[in-house]
Amino acid sequence: MKEKLGTTGLVMNEPLLWERGGNGRCGFSIPRRDVESFPINEDLVGPVPDFPELSEVDVVRHYTRLSQWNYGVDTGMYPLGSCTMKYNPKVNEKYANLPGFAGAHPFLPPSMAQGTLKLMYDLEHFLSEITGMDATTLQPAAGAQGELTGTMLIYAFLRSKGIHRSKFLIPDTAHGTNPASVSLCGFHPVPVKSNEDGILAPEAVAEVMDEDVAGILVTNPNTLGFFEENIREISEIVHGKGGLVYCDGANMNAVMGIVEMGKIGVDVMHLNLHKTFSTPHGGGGPGAGPVCVKKGLEPFLPVPRVVQEEGTYRLSYDYPGSIGRVHSFYGNFGVMIKAYSYILSMGPDNLKKASQLAVLNANYIKESLKAAFNLPYDRPCMHECVFSDKKQNVHKITTLDVAKRLIDCGFHPPTIYFPLVVAGAMMVEPTESESKETLDEFIETCKAIANEAEEDPDLLHEAPKNAKVRRLDEVTAARQPCLMG
Amino acid sequence: MKSVDELNLPEDYRFAEDHEWAKLEGDKVRVGLDDYAQDQLQAIVYVELPQVGDSFKKGEPFGVVESVKVVVDCYMPVGGEIIAVNTALVNSPQLVNESPYDEGWMIDVKPTDVREMDTLYTSESIREAILEKMEEEGQ
Amino acid sequence: MRYLPHTDDDISAMLKVVGVGSLEELFSTVPEDCRKKEPLDLPDPLTEWELNQHMASLAATMATMPEYKVFVGAGSYEHFVPSSVLSLLGRSEFVTSYTPYQPEVSQGTLQGIFEYQTLICRLLGMEVANASMYDGASALAEALLMATRISKKKKVAISRLIHPHYREVVKTYLWPKEYEVLELPYLKDGKTDLSALDGMTELAAIAIQSPNFFGCIEDLAALRKKASEREAMSIASFTEALAYGLLKNPGSYGVDIVCGEGQSLGIPQSFGGPSLGIFASKMNYIRSMPGRLVGKTADKDGKRGFVLTLATREQHIRRERATSNICTNQGLCAMGAAIYMASVGKNGLRELAKLNYDKAQYLKRRLEEAAFKIRFVSPTFNEFVVEFPSNFEQTYNRLLDQKIVAGLPLASYYPELTNCYLLGVTETKTKEDMDILVRGIES
Repeated sequence: MKEKLGTTGLVMNEPLLWERGGNGRCGFSIPRRDVESFPINEDLVGPVPDFPELSEVDVVRHYTRLSQWNYGVDTGMYPLGSCTMKYNPKVNEKYANLPGFAGAHPFLPPSMAQGTLKLMYDLEHFLSEITGMDATTLQPAAGAQGELTGTMLIYAFLRSKGIHRSKFLIPDTAHGTNPASVSLCGFHPVPVKSNEDGILAPEAVAEVMDEDVAGILVTNPNTLGFFEENIREISEIVHGKGGLVYCDGANMNAVMGIVEMGKIGVDVMHLNLHKTFSTPHGGGGPGAGPVCVKKGLEPFLPVPRVVQEEGTYRLSYDYPGSIGRVHSFYGNFGVMIKAYSYILSMGPDNLKKASQLAVLNANYIKESLKAAFNLPYDRPCMHECVFSDKKQNVHKITTLDVAKRLIDCGFHPPTIYFPLVVAGAMMVEPTESESKETLDEFIETCKAIANEAEEDPDLLHEAPKNAKVRRLDEVTAARQPCLMG
Repeated sequence: MKSVDELNLPEDYRFAEDHEWAKLEGDKVRVGLDDYAQDQLQAIVYVELPQVGDSFKKGEPFGVVESVKVVVDCYMPVGGEIIAVNTALVNSPQLVNESPYDEGWMIDVKPTDVREMDTLYTSESIREAILEKMEEEGQ
Repeated sequence: MRYLPHTDDDISAMLKVVGVGSLEELFSTVPEDCRKKEPLDLPDPLTEWELNQHMASLAATMATMPEYKVFVGAGSYEHFVPSSVLSLLGRSEFVTSYTPYQPEVSQGTLQGIFEYQTLICRLLGMEVANASMYDGASALAEALLMATRISKKKKVAISRLIHPHYREVVKTYLWPKEYEVLELPYLKDGKTDLSALDGMTELAAIAIQSPNFFGCIEDLAALRKKASEREAMSIASFTEALAYGLLKNPGSYGVDIVCGEGQSLGIPQSFGGPSLGIFASKMNYIRSMPGRLVGKTADKDGKRGFVLTLATREQHIRRERATSNICTNQGLCAMGAAIYMASVGKNGLRELAKLNYDKAQYLKRRLEEAAFKIRFVSPTFNEFVVEFPSNFEQTYNRLLDQKIVAGLPLASYYPELTNCYLLGVTETKTKEDMDILVRGIES
């Protein structure tokens, strides 16, 4: 009998940092004191912060043990929809750690920083090419900050023409950051419903588009995994009343080398380097959310911008229309290195291949599991597909139960309960990194879980059993928050 | 989650479309969330209530209720001035789940027009409306 | 390509199951007029060996230690980071995992961030800290927005001695909502002129940075008092987290929100990012606070565990009414800071912070002995402003050729401070480095 993927093993319990250690321990080699001690006004000095006292061994054991409680992409398949948990190449990490990059001060005179400036300049151009847009800023530190930046560009563009608009169209499949970002910009989000095929219909947009709408924020491909087929017509409707089209590019992994966003009516979009471009998620960041624009929005981009004159690079602030800064310096440079290295490692053909294989993988899963799980939209998908727990509900099993059982079986669960338009949604994005064997294993496991839902539902209700902890009491955590030790 | 027959929807209460309940007690109207609402929300972790002295029209949001994963507004079943709020809910939001019609009450309102009570659902009509909704979603 | 595992056989078998004849056919839902016709115009792929050479040559152009001595802080600080910290942070279970939405398989990240939140509270003397913001600048912008939400007022006052880039980010963030940002001037001694607040009304918040951009330690007690009088929230910002290993923390003055940059806590400078936005406040503002929060709880068997909590503040639940739009933050940097703080510990932190202070004081004294003017009399931590003679630019450039960066020229940020330079010294500069710098300036 073939071995199950998920199993138990010996992991260690490990207390909190301050529950360990002893008086006088230190895990740090402090650089030599070669100057005398200078007096300091006692009124300015505070008590020593109550930090733990640990040796280097204590610290290493602590964090090694903690790491063993985590599941990462390196552990196994991580099919989180709209997160693009693809393989994070190790060579990218190596370059980010090169002393010339890691040790670089952002205020270095440009003559002493040509390497980093060239990298940024080239990366901007690569991303403009991949999206089919005219210019790029690398400043935003994450996708959400990219959305805010892009929305501000639209705001600035309209303001420069003396136009004030108060609304922004947001499809019902939108990620939560979308309405949150436009609100930060002072816009009121207006919902647009998707049709029975899970995409936006031009009529639905036309109904809500008027001269008080600054623009529409479309995710393309959308969070149901579908290409917004009517994007060109929708752009015309929005442009026709003086609005702009923002594309949330979180799902760019489906269309590299296949669609040119800049040619289908998109005015501004962001990318997520920690999704499409293989930079690691780090347990919650850092990421990077570059914003790409058409020429008309270029004057408003954040400053400084990297410019090239006769082979030399420098930073320019000579953009009077700029919205200013969104980051203390130039963005998450350490993340940019990894995306740059990825693009140079893959090359144009492999980037396109990656998108094709990502879409192949998602469709393969869709076709293989649509008998076991309800598929609300039975049509060709892009890089992700959405199931629901409808079939399992009759056995009193929910999406949550299925997800927790997947953990026991050795897979990270897909995204659950999103998008909101599907009750009990399970959004599966395998990415191109997963081989056919892994997908087949995933499919077999999901089918087995669907059977268990019928025949032995307690296995799901009680899951997970193999992880470091069982299901956690999130209610008490919210009612009586304990946020520090 | 409860089936429509298991829901407790007392006869002497009135109900709004969004599942607030209203009970006329002398010249004030007491308001809370009904059994269907608390059952749908599951464990409530936080309740945000207005200040005494605030005034709202019928249908305007007066407060917010949170469970772990959901946030919902509470709407006035009748318009008027807030004359009391149930401060016990600050530390014990679970009272809304455990005792929605009694200890889990939310606000007392001095109604501007007590006839607005007549526009609300009865116990019977709200149960019908819930049944309809459940059947729709079951499809 | 080693990142793409599919063989031709795999692809054929899979296409059969999907029911299409080729990879191209998978894109049938993409209309013809949306398709890209030509291949992407990008460089041909490099082998790993070639890429190694390419990246090495780019990195080699950069002015970094040990060859170059950069005496600049100004928001990015060169600090020693132990190898143990970098090694632990490189563990792929930390690096390649996602946001801990499935807590059962993310206890490593969750406990690590809970520990981070705790250590930050202890460092700053605050009641609650979030799991990170992007950087010190956006943390300040979000703190000011938080104050406008809580107070429902539309005006804020910020010190001119807050990092110039931070002030720009604040203005960008507050501009679309048309909130008013007033700037407070500074006094001759290098501290903020809080008396300028006397005419101001309807302020949501007052923010100063300490140590400020000139390196001077500000009067946080006065900030708190003035803010109280103006019925505004008090916000203390910082760019050099290590200062609070020595100085009285903002929490002890009763400041409402403390926000700043944590890069000094074991995070490489990396040309300005990724960094670490630190955000902490009083507990009673918790529901208005942006960012993720990790809370302690128990599992079904009563075992201690950790989860993301109070998520109803955040964008994925509250959407347009969320406390912020932040989703991905700087999680791995927060872990790195926690590992650094755990390593340096109580015993090391005070010594390290005092060493920074002493090294800077040493350089100050040497410059004073060489008859150069220390521009501001207020006490500083590890940065200070020197006023050089009017022809200093030549010396500055000559020193660049000798691989020494003698501070940051301030005139472009503060036009009234011609010939003034902001010098920074940390534990990474030896006495000899500083002596060479002074001799270089003198000659």
